Amino acid sequence: MRRLGLYVGAALVTLVVAMALVSLFWTPYDPTLVVAGQRLQGPSAAHWLGTDAMGIDNFSRILVGAQTTIVVGVVSVGIAAVIGVPLGMLAGQARGWVDEVVMRITDIAYAFPALLLAILLAARFGASPVTAMTAIGLATIPSFARITRAGTLQVMRTDFVLAARASGIRWPGISLRHVLPNIAPLIGVQASVTFALAILAEAALSFLGLSTAAIVPTWGKMLRDAQTVMFNAPLQAVWPGLAIAAAVLGFNLLGDGLRDLLDPRLREVS
Amino acid sequence: MPVLAFLGRRLAIFAISLVGASMLIFAVCSALPGEVAEIILGEGASQAQIEALTAELGLDRPPVVRYLEWVGGMLHGDFGVSYFTGQSVSGLMAPRIAVTLWLVLFALLLSVAVALPVGMLAAMKRRSWQGFAATAVAQLGMAVPAFWAAIVLVLVFAVGLRWLPANGYIPLTTDPVSWAAHLVLPVTSLAIVQSAVLVRYVRSAFIEVLSEDYYRTARAVGWRPFPALLRHGLRNAALSLVTVVGLQLASVLVGAIVIEQVFALPGLGSQLLSAVSQRDLMIVQGVVMFLAASVLLINFLVDLSYAWIDPRLRTEAER
Repeated sequence: MRRLGLYVGAALVTLVVAMALVSLFWTPYDPTLVVAGQRLQGPSAAHWLGTDAMGIDNFSRILVGAQTTIVVGVVSVGIAAVIGVPLGMLAGQARGWVDEVVMRITDIAYAFPALLLAILLAARFGASPVTAMTAIGLATIPSFARITRAGTLQVMRTDFVLAARASGIRWPGISLRHVLPNIAPLIGVQASVTFALAILAEAALSFLGLSTAAIVPTWGKMLRDAQTVMFNAPLQAVWPGLAIAAAVLGFNLLGDGLRDLLDPRLREVS
Repeated sequence: MPVLAFLGRRLAIFAISLVGASMLIFAVCSALPGEVAEIILGEGASQAQIEALTAELGLDRPPVVRYLEWVGGMLHGDFGVSYFTGQSVSGLMAPRIAVTLWLVLFALLLSVAVALPVGMLAAMKRRSWQGFAATAVAQLGMAVPAFWAAIVLVLVFAVGLRWLPANGYIPLTTDPVSWAAHLVLPVTSLAIVQSAVLVRYVRSAFIEVLSEDYYRTARAVGWRPFPALLRHGLRNAALSLVTVVGLQLASVLVGAIVIEQVFALPGLGSQLLSAVSQRDLMIVQGVVMFLAASVLLINFLVDLSYAWIDPRLRTEAER
């Protein structure tokens, strides 16, 4: 019961990853194949989740949509971690004015949530999955920087870091050998939660038509299509919504579960 | 005077953040002047045409000059003019601010009104099934995209039951009842996710209170659990909750952009999105600056509220 969240989260994440992997090799139907005679069908043995307004098999689109979800999550979290973690370690170790500058930049970044930054970049550079991923990644750098800084400050106060410094190891060595391994779990938790955030942001952008690669199906885009036919075919809006919710729930639960596992004292509080 | 020092420092951070945000927005939207003329003239325009229009719009002047002009104008409430229609951006935004404001304000109020009792229940009953249920529902709520909730709510309450309008907006002064009816579904869909996020914070804030000595003392002298939590816990939990609500405001504002689109509400978000699709960068620049400044202002006010809620004045190190 205690680790229920962790297991459910891990299962959902595995499911989404499996869907993405399977869809690379196989889908029941071609997810871009337009069949004029079978528009907006309900669920059937041939089409488990029915077909959309163009006659495309919904289940195939959901499977392929998992690919976009995973890619967007990995790239966004990657950008945020690769820039945010070193920044946080720098701020936490250098202290003083370096710390101050880094933290003030993260203050400014609070005014630009992922979606707003993505809209700004889309206005200037055009809407594409690349601008969406870049914006989500850039907007989530501060949360990585902050959590890394907090972790670094804690590690720097420990005796083993003091001993390492006393024995003449310089800051790059301390960063790599002592700080990074000790804050890695913290970053892992942050990555999982940010992954969920990235999925939601990308879905919203696709829904708004700001992340559209012409024919690649995404869950957000499916909801956008579903909205135009929702009075005739309400079920169309159900499947992609469930897929997004399941993926977000999975990564959130995984993040929470990992944190509880790493720090049992936090279990009750958070 | 620690209070004055605290306020001065916060004010300075607020000002620096505003300047930083405006520079970033300007750099993205306006730093390269040639692009604007290219976008307006479309493909196939000659280099001479582009240069002529760039000069006409005053975009051939150095970026620093144009930036200072833009910022100077904003200080007087002038957000520039649309490149396409020549309309004043402030004039375009003014009637729309109220729509977004109502949406955000009511969504925030509703989510606090829901999250406070549910979160407190989840804290008090955290070892029983009620607490588990509240936490599980909150997890589910966090995973639901607001625009999906919006679509489902429309399907149920507008299409199915026909209780409420599916979209559109009526100004408060035209017809208050219709105004309220048109806001119910947008506000609810925005508040679902926000209250789910808040429940988790309320829960952990009150779990902390439950382990405090003053709560135990209150219980020992005969207070019932719930009144004791309200009387002694609320103010103590308020500190962290105000911070969270402040931070949440950014995501409510951003969520409003999407929700306005779903319900065809004529707010700032729908204006921003139509400007993005027309690539009218001056409107984009103005609206994004307005939204970013609002978020920074709220965060500044949240900081100030510490001085009011917590007489000890939390310092940077404590947080």
